[in-house]
Amino acid sequence: MKNYTIRRLLQIIPVFLGILFILFFIIDKAPGSITSNIMDPNMTPELKAALQEKMDPNLPFYTKFINWVIEAAHGNFGYSYKHYRPVIEVIGMNIGCTFALALAALVIAMLVGIPAGIISATKQYSLIDNVLTVFSLLGLALPTFFAGLLLLKVFGIELQWVPIFGLSDPSKANADFLTRLGDHAYHLILPAIVLGLAETASFMRYTRSSMLEVIRSDYIRTARAKGLSEKVIIYKHAFRNAMIPIITLLGFRIPGLISGAVMTETIFSLPGVGKLSVDATTTRNYPLLLGINAMLTMATLLGTLVADLLYAAADPRIKYD
Amino acid sequence: MTETRDEIIRKSTKEDSYWRGVWRRLRANRMAMISLVILILIVLSCIVVPMLSRYETYEVIPGAANQKPSAQNWLGTDKIGRDLFVRLFYGGRISLGVAVAVTALECVIGVVLGSVAGYFGGIVDTIVMRISEIFMCFPFLMICITLQTIFGKSIRTLILILAVLSWPGIARIVRGQILSLREMDYMEACRALGISNRRQIFTHLFPNVLAYVIVYATMSMASVILTETSLSFLGLGVSPPTPTWGNLIQEARNLTILQNKWWYWIPPGTMIFLSILCFNILGDGLRDAIDPKMQK
Repeated sequence: MKNYTIRRLLQIIPVFLGILFILFFIIDKAPGSITSNIMDPNMTPELKAALQEKMDPNLPFYTKFINWVIEAAHGNFGYSYKHYRPVIEVIGMNIGCTFALALAALVIAMLVGIPAGIISATKQYSLIDNVLTVFSLLGLALPTFFAGLLLLKVFGIELQWVPIFGLSDPSKANADFLTRLGDHAYHLILPAIVLGLAETASFMRYTRSSMLEVIRSDYIRTARAKGLSEKVIIYKHAFRNAMIPIITLLGFRIPGLISGAVMTETIFSLPGVGKLSVDATTTRNYPLLLGINAMLTMATLLGTLVADLLYAAADPRIKYD
Repeated sequence: MTETRDEIIRKSTKEDSYWRGVWRRLRANRMAMISLVILILIVLSCIVVPMLSRYETYEVIPGAANQKPSAQNWLGTDKIGRDLFVRLFYGGRISLGVAVAVTALECVIGVVLGSVAGYFGGIVDTIVMRISEIFMCFPFLMICITLQTIFGKSIRTLILILAVLSWPGIARIVRGQILSLREMDYMEACRALGISNRRQIFTHLFPNVLAYVIVYATMSMASVILTETSLSFLGLGVSPPTPTWGNLIQEARNLTILQNKWWYWIPPGTMIFLSILCFNILGDGLRDAIDPKMQK
């Protein structure tokens, strides 16, 4: 297990560097140099040259890449000239919102999706199973942006139960911490439901099929033969083994959550990393774009790694050597 | 007597041929058949409606901006007076066309690389699988956005980007299949007969993998439609004035339209939803029909 962990960690490094290399290559070849955005047409040519030298020196591509990687390893991802701040700070200011949104969506998905999947599996082919299956099919097919618009229209505009954009109410900017926290939660309810919708559907689907497989296995028949109650069989004996594939699902959902967050943040105008990256593309803010992509790639890779390790830890039948 | 027996065998093999069996099992699946019919209807109307409509896709009708749905303009007109009904179906042509092109390209790349990796194994396999890992860990939507910004927003770049980013899925399926198939006796016989590598892959291995490719392609249609419309919704897909379902629904990011003008965004949203739903159900149905062991 320890060897496996170390080997998997080491495997991540070349993949991560490979992705960074491709990203860096693409952005290096992009039209419009890093400096063209911040240069004032009234600057003198000397000043322009000096600025060019400072911001984007004329070095070979691989030297620039190696420099960037070394700097990034020390926590310096460059400078976001739109925000007049280092990239890492800009990301830091926006990541809280995205993290809260993704976490809330994941919690909703697990709290609703897993029980629904279990019910669906234990009552296979019943009316409730059919209804839940149809719901999960619809949930998976409903694009995040359409779901967002529909819920925004119904609950935000027509019923006016929830705010329609932003993360906080400006009138509560000076309120105490708890009030502001409550305000954030109030603003995040609808976005979290929108983002959680597709996740819920996929959690339900996986739980159902995993449960069905386990319920058919011999040890469950033994448990029944022993005369255990159905509740104990399902929730104590079957549930534990059925959860193993679900654990891995958690890690693999990270890329989906990220792209879902981009859409949700755009629809609800939330100040998160997703919206930040969309803005960065429209303003051609390449250092920021590179920083966000590097960070999200790392999150994806670590997510897969954690999923693999949890899988190995949760299921003693799996041997890695 | 012998003849009748031969005939019976011929008849039964004909009836039980692999693809016939698949079709028979698929036909028994009511949900999948309904989805297939809806999809055919959507595709046909996307082809036919722009040909028959009295308005052109880009035609601005004089003095008819911001009209509600009426007998002349079934889904109203947009802010500069273009007929939204014809744009909805023309947009469908683009959205579905992009999905078909990406799926085809992605399957070609994936099948070729997957077969090569699975068939030759060793170092070739390692290289292809490492590359596919890199592609799978790309933050997908982000990379699309970045590349679209850099290479410009044409339909051709969009197709290329999506295909190049999505091939690992099918490559891994094909590789896995081929790894198990090549250990089978009939492949041993091929090698013993000295059949060329290319012939072994394309004549003897590929037909056995085809079923999985078809299921994957159906599912992929759904996910490409989703990605393309998502990108267009963010204003980073196909650039206007070309309509796609994503471009049309993107109008609803404007609050007044979302509030008062359902005909702008409900129809394209419904089309996207319906086609993704139907491709998913059809894909599930095909998978069950192709591999009866997997049946629920």
